[in-house]
Amino acid sequence: MQFAIFAARKTPWDIIGENFTLLAAALLAFASVVVVLFLVAGRATVRAQEWLKYLVFLVPALLLLLVGLIYPTIRTIIFSFMDAKSENFVGLDNYVWAFTIPEILVVLRNTAVWVFLVPFFSTAIGLSIAYMTDHMKRPNVIKSLIFMPMAISFVGAGVIWRFVYAFEPNENRADIGLLSAIVKFFGGTPPNWLLESPGNTYLLIAVMVWIQTGFAMVILSAAMKNVPDEIVEAAMLDGATPIKRLFRVTIPMIRATLVVVLTTIIIGTLKVFDIVRTMTGGNFQTNVIANEMYSQAFRQMNYGTGSALAIILFLAMIPVIIYNIRQLRLERTER
Amino acid sequence: MTASAASVRAKGRAKNIFSSPIASAAAWIIAVVWTVPTFGLLVSSIRPEKDINSSGWWTFFSNPNISFENYQKVLFEGTTTNPPLFQFFFNSLAVTLPAVIFPITLAVFAAYALAWFDFRGRDTLFFGIFALQVVPLQLTLVPLLQLFAKGLQIGDVTIIPDLGITGTYIPIWIAHTIFALPLAIFLLHNFISQIPKELIEAARVDGAGPFTLFSKIVLPLSVPAIASFLIFQFLWVWNDLLVGLTFGAGSKEVAPMTVRIAEMVGTRGSGWEVLTAGAFISMAVPLIVFFALQRYFVRGLLAGSVKG
Repeated sequence: MQFAIFAARKTPWDIIGENFTLLAAALLAFASVVVVLFLVAGRATVRAQEWLKYLVFLVPALLLLLVGLIYPTIRTIIFSFMDAKSENFVGLDNYVWAFTIPEILVVLRNTAVWVFLVPFFSTAIGLSIAYMTDHMKRPNVIKSLIFMPMAISFVGAGVIWRFVYAFEPNENRADIGLLSAIVKFFGGTPPNWLLESPGNTYLLIAVMVWIQTGFAMVILSAAMKNVPDEIVEAAMLDGATPIKRLFRVTIPMIRATLVVVLTTIIIGTLKVFDIVRTMTGGNFQTNVIANEMYSQAFRQMNYGTGSALAIILFLAMIPVIIYNIRQLRLERTER
Repeated sequence: MTASAASVRAKGRAKNIFSSPIASAAAWIIAVVWTVPTFGLLVSSIRPEKDINSSGWWTFFSNPNISFENYQKVLFEGTTTNPPLFQFFFNSLAVTLPAVIFPITLAVFAAYALAWFDFRGRDTLFFGIFALQVVPLQLTLVPLLQLFAKGLQIGDVTIIPDLGITGTYIPIWIAHTIFALPLAIFLLHNFISQIPKELIEAARVDGAGPFTLFSKIVLPLSVPAIASFLIFQFLWVWNDLLVGLTFGAGSKEVAPMTVRIAEMVGTRGSGWEVLTAGAFISMAVPLIVFFALQRYFVRGLLAGSVKG
């Protein structure tokens, strides 16, 4: 074994062994608690069950949400008005910082560009593919291929696309990056893709579009299946071209789903962090709020500015959330 | 002619008129463009190191040299400070299993309670949980980490003691569980609330209490929805970077594969032979799950977003 030389220290297998012991213990403990609770509560009197049922079914999840989401959110709001070590109140200083420091303004601008372009292109391309394959005989292979990036981690996607964008500074050496090779094939001179702003931000956005398009396609494709053929045929009899049919018939009929897709992608895009981190580390003017928040809180160890950025991120989502809740309420009343 | 036969014929006719060769060709081109980057990574990962760094992966087809050395190197070569990737593979497994099982169990419970228990404020509570879906992880990171590291004190009163779990999997499991709950509860509630009322009432008349009702009727009927969400949560946890990075406390003994790959990109930016193989190993499991269970995955997605 090649690990024998570390005999005195822990080998990877030792670590894996310890970790899997903890894993087994945790799963066993969890299962036992659930089984015991059910056995005990199931035998309790009818009266006792009336309150036991809340304790077993509802309280654990609510407690976790309270301690794990609501309490931290309140703390973060408070932290955002305090200094780096959360010792003194500094009023709005962290927010003033966020909106005046040029570096952070670039971060905010980039995030805005992401939030407009990613939902727009993912949805537009996803919609086109859904429409083009709507009446195709065997659309499954096409759809699977376009949907596949959804299964790949942002980190994995980052590696895949770094490879596509790889730049070879030495002119005498062959390109290993696909994009450079394509540009040279057509007689162009490739730039150092990921280093040059503002182009690099668009290249990162393309990665996110690549991932999200499949999501948009699947959802919109399902919605299109609900558009009755009769309506489409009527439009055709009136002489509508496929493009006109898309804008006059299909899109209006799937409007609600289209909005859901857009809002889901907007929220996902605001939170994106891994792509920027793996591809440029947020350098070369490509940073976005979610990544800068991480840098501030865990690299600079400044909880004040980090929290303020998290709050800004959240505020950007609030309109979308309110819209979603109103939609849900509407639907419920319709039912 | 029966109505159904007529509609079948109409469908068939519609199919013929609608499908245009141009649209099909365009869809195929997009599909190929979408696949080429991943395909390039896969091809590169099985080329010898010298080839990867001196020529594009597309030259593989005119000069096919296959070598699995990259996989051997990235998986098994390492030191105590830089452990080999297979250790992180097991870390990913150990992170993922409980981080999938815990939230789904708790979410089925809560969804059942919110759908079938009658209590005041039930709808408000449900909307509240629905709204929590969009609380970004970033908003909770610092306080939650402090909670794991120091416990929770209000004044001098200790509400949650310091449990000494930092650097183990436990914070990662709990964090994933918390973050998954809102969406899981929402999706499962949509499903569980659709169980016919007559079925529930009939069982109640037969003397089934809330616990029997759950294990005899609600749970068996929810299996499809649980399966859909299972895949969802599995992909999410396996592919996650942020939670593993922050709640793993920088310990290599618990860090999942994504954390390791991200680190490799940072420290050895140009070691493509290791990066391509490493990235592909981390993608293999989700891709298998995805292609094997795509139908259920799609069903889960649709349950969450398609209306009407």
